[in-house]
Amino acid sequence: MTFDWPTALPLIFAGLMGLAILIYVILDGFDLGIGILFAVAEDAEQDTMIAAIGPFWDANETWLVLAVGLLLVAFPLAHGVILTALYIPVFVLLVGLILRGVAFDFRAKVPSGKKHRWNRIFFLGSVIASLAQGYMLGVYVLGLDVGLGGVAFGVLVAFCLAAAYAAMGAAWVIYKTEGELQRKAVRWLRTALVLTALGMAAVSLATPFASPRIFDKWFVWPQMLYLSPLPILSALLFLWLWRQTFHLPKPDDRHALTPFLTLAAIFALGFAGLAWSFYPFVVPDKLTIWQAASATESLAIILAGTVVVLPIIIFYSFYAYRVFGGKATDLTYD
Amino acid sequence: MDPLILSRIQFGANISFHILFPTITIALGWVLLFFKLRYNATNDSAWMRAYFTWVKVFALSFAMGVVSGVTMSFQFGTNWPGYMEHVGNIAGPLLAYEILTAFFLEAAFLGIMLFGFRRVSNRVHTLATVLVAGGTTLSAFWIIALNSWMQTPAGFEMIDGKAHAVDWWAIVFNPSMPYRLVHMLLASGLTVSFLVAGLSALRYLNGDRSESMWKALRTGVFTAAVLIPIQIFAGDQHGLNTLEHQPQKIAAMEANWNTGPNVPLVLFALPDEAAKENRFEVAIPDGASLVLRHSTSGVVPGLNDYPGNHPPVFPLFWSFRIMVGTGLLMLAVSWSAAFFLKRRHSLPKPLAMLMVPMALSGWLATLAGWYTTEIGRQPWLVTGVLKTADAVGPVAGSHVALTLAVYLTLYVLLLIAYLGVLVHLALKAAKDGDSSPLPGVMKTAMSQPAAGE
Repeated sequence: MTFDWPTALPLIFAGLMGLAILIYVILDGFDLGIGILFAVAEDAEQDTMIAAIGPFWDANETWLVLAVGLLLVAFPLAHGVILTALYIPVFVLLVGLILRGVAFDFRAKVPSGKKHRWNRIFFLGSVIASLAQGYMLGVYVLGLDVGLGGVAFGVLVAFCLAAAYAAMGAAWVIYKTEGELQRKAVRWLRTALVLTALGMAAVSLATPFASPRIFDKWFVWPQMLYLSPLPILSALLFLWLWRQTFHLPKPDDRHALTPFLTLAAIFALGFAGLAWSFYPFVVPDKLTIWQAASATESLAIILAGTVVVLPIIIFYSFYAYRVFGGKATDLTYD
Repeated sequence: MDPLILSRIQFGANISFHILFPTITIALGWVLLFFKLRYNATNDSAWMRAYFTWVKVFALSFAMGVVSGVTMSFQFGTNWPGYMEHVGNIAGPLLAYEILTAFFLEAAFLGIMLFGFRRVSNRVHTLATVLVAGGTTLSAFWIIALNSWMQTPAGFEMIDGKAHAVDWWAIVFNPSMPYRLVHMLLASGLTVSFLVAGLSALRYLNGDRSESMWKALRTGVFTAAVLIPIQIFAGDQHGLNTLEHQPQKIAAMEANWNTGPNVPLVLFALPDEAAKENRFEVAIPDGASLVLRHSTSGVVPGLNDYPGNHPPVFPLFWSFRIMVGTGLLMLAVSWSAAFFLKRRHSLPKPLAMLMVPMALSGWLATLAGWYTTEIGRQPWLVTGVLKTADAVGPVAGSHVALTLAVYLTLYVLLLIAYLGVLVHLALKAAKDGDSSPLPGVMKTAMSQPAAGE
């Protein structure tokens, strides 16, 4: 195959978009998860949990803007088809994200008597946003089919993703806190992992029946052999992490970040599996990435900027995480 | 129900709600930097108090801006797929550069600016403030470039119904872009100066005479007094630019039906599009010719030259007058407040009471101005290239009606909560005065907090 830009650019942008979505899911995953865990946390714990994500969530949500932005600018046709098909779920997601985002700031600034209300809205917004994302993923996997089966599958994926986000949230709390809250978070993580595993098993069983196309991509020799490390490695990591929850927290707080990194690795593996299921389509069975792509000269000028700016963004995001490293204490504007 | 009109109302509602908050954060970033630099130079802790009061407003406004901005990036696809389909090759890169160069810059350094005061050195914290302020302004640059391109497109060619870029410089710096950018940045500056002045006036009325209140009040009033004449001049230049490139918009703004010389400046009228005339007109003879052509015999374009191809007259005529009227009121209020602060070192109570509602005058003028220019682009989405009606998506009207109703409810509730918090913050600051403990202010960074701290 000879190299030419019109072929390479859509591929590069599909990769970039995938990267942005993965980073978003991992980073905002723990924000949303912490919101979900608000349901089982006490008042004082909620403040600490907010402090654990306060300096980061704005930037984390920006990855969603980048992911949707890349879909919008690099694959404008797909952006239109996908988002009009998912009109109502997208709307629900946005309402969730709006409530979550503003509750974050309002709860810290309203008179103390009204704080409770905004805590509830924060929880509600996080749950709604997580479920909507899962539902959209499910419907998208089935090729934007919104028949009764599609809806049921979407609901299944929605609960699975919410459980996975809750696990991410718990893992982040383990990293950022100590004492009683940290021990509690370990228990949350264990429960969330079981729910996630149940959900993923159900989704894995349902997918081949729901989508013969995906079944054909996975269960063909010899692809099956090359692909087998993905599910096997994920399952092993899952099991290992579940066992770890019986030994955490460790003395001197060793391995406090390990659960989070393990979950991030599982997300990445799952994402790779999804990417394989879809390639080369951006709208399942309808539009390939080349059919949906913008003009080459437009992609080229975006790429030029991206190549320069993206490493800088990643570098200063790391810097921001370093500045707010260590355990979360109360969060103040000083 | 008609999805086109519902989608337009929905996008209009979203973008109106959204623009309120960037309008604040763009200029408030620079005001915060000013407070910070004054503190660095004078070591006067009152500047830092002013900073900490207003950084909370910044954080809240930023959050409102982010969530409503995310909504917009989705709505391009959910409601207006035809837009990206036809002009995506132009709009895409501009939006991409906005996200890449500006949005991330703001969002990443916002955390350090808001919560990093004790975590990083004073210098890094000042730098974070600069980067956030610069990021918001850069954001405005790209968005205004795109909006202006939709008004006065340039630097492209059409191939098979799709716009393709020919000259990026011409696309970004299209004919109306420099005027619109300056006009918007000044609008942001005015919105923030009136907000700062208005909430400080509220503190003043509640008996607060603390140093930090005076500092914020003076900053707001004097900035407003300096910016408003510049804005009136810039607005006039922007109008002349519109006259050159979008004459039908000017014709609708002035409610002028027939092209010709000696056109009067209509002060009040109820334009009637069906009858092609103005009811209850009150006008200054030759006024419009004088303003637009600087001569009583200057020819002003009329609506009858653009049958079926001009924007709706009534909303344009009135939104333009609301903007100009608010601007003139801003001039009067800011100059009299500046006079009293400069000469008498006090504020008469009636003036302070007027300044409180004027805290939102910037919002009113900005919205009225955007309605003028955006409705003024109709029936086009991209002037001469794409009609609004050809860009709307296949979503059913009932779906759009449902989402529109929920969005509107949500926005109204959030707006009430937002304004409630602003008043709460001002009253709390007034009650605490300068007696509340000042957060630790130090020149060097504290060591990274160890585990267990």
